[in-house]
Amino acid sequence: MNNQWDIIGGEGLQFFGKMSASISHEIKNVLAIINENTGLIEDYTIMTEKGAHFDPGKFKSLAEKIGTQIRRADEIVKNMNAFAHSIDEPAKSIDLSDFLEFAQAFFARFAVMRGIALESKPSESSLMITTSPFFLLNLIWFCLELAMDSAGSGKTVGLSARKTNTGAQIRFMGLKTLGKALSGEFPGEKEKPLLELLKAEIEIEQERGEIMLNLPGDMAR
Amino acid sequence: MKILLVDDEEELVSTLAERLSFRGIDADWVTSCEDALKKVETEKYDLAVLDVKIPRISGIELGRRLKEKDPEMGFIFMTGHGSDDDFKAGSAEAGAEYYLVKPVNIELLIEKMKKVLED
Repeated sequence: MNNQWDIIGGEGLQFFGKMSASISHEIKNVLAIINENTGLIEDYTIMTEKGAHFDPGKFKSLAEKIGTQIRRADEIVKNMNAFAHSIDEPAKSIDLSDFLEFAQAFFARFAVMRGIALESKPSESSLMITTSPFFLLNLIWFCLELAMDSAGSGKTVGLSARKTNTGAQIRFMGLKTLGKALSGEFPGEKEKPLLELLKAEIEIEQERGEIMLNLPGDMAR
Repeated sequence: MKILLVDDEEELVSTLAERLSFRGIDADWVTSCEDALKKVETEKYDLAVLDVKIPRISGIELGRRLKEKDPEMGFIFMTGHGSDDDFKAGSAEAGAEYYLVKPVNIELLIEKMKKVLED
């Protein structure tokens, strides 16, 4: 594990920090909504004490809204926990299809902030590979950053995973302005250490508007 | 006092607007930059309360664009940053003098609104 961090250096820490900050912002939003809803219940209660009359349905509706935010926070915290534990093991067997679904939920807020929707297509069968979940997530993020810069009209980035002869492949699709977005080298200096660690390769199909990330079945072999 | 609330969390701005109306403040709300810019074409607001992180452009940038349309409008920024210091570090250059960290205390918000209008 130490050796892996030596290779990744500050980039890995920056990724961890960026994701943690985004999660904390999202939790703050949930807390802000709960705060306003409980404040509104308090306002209604004070006005009721002063003789005003409110439909009891309003209280029920506010309780439901608070419940929705609590479930939202629970999902955010579950994803945060999965992210934090992705560092635990240098290599682990994962179902890539499930992992992509997790990545989509995890990065959704970043996409929303750019006015982009992420759409993952579930694979028909399980796609088990042995890899480093944290470094894979970091590499998916770098690909996704380019993919979001390249998303065409409709602003949807499609994600899918499929089996290949040597392992598995993640595809980022619908990148209509990929040629224009590729101003610098990609994969560049940020991505290369991760590709080396994961024994992965990136292919770019400018005409089809796709980035393909090829992963081995077992990065430890 | 007439204000405009801008945050992509509809649940947050709609509830905050209702609570402000109970306190005698007329508050409209929108959930996007585009709607905020449209809104000021037809309505006159004393001030706008803007989320710093809204989709597509930042709240600070939206503030600049609103200011171009109505130079008299005052601003307060709401932020989901973890702490005051965290926000100050990133916003001082942008001139975001008045801000509150979420979750916002409504009485403190009203106090800040009054201060912005006095200034």
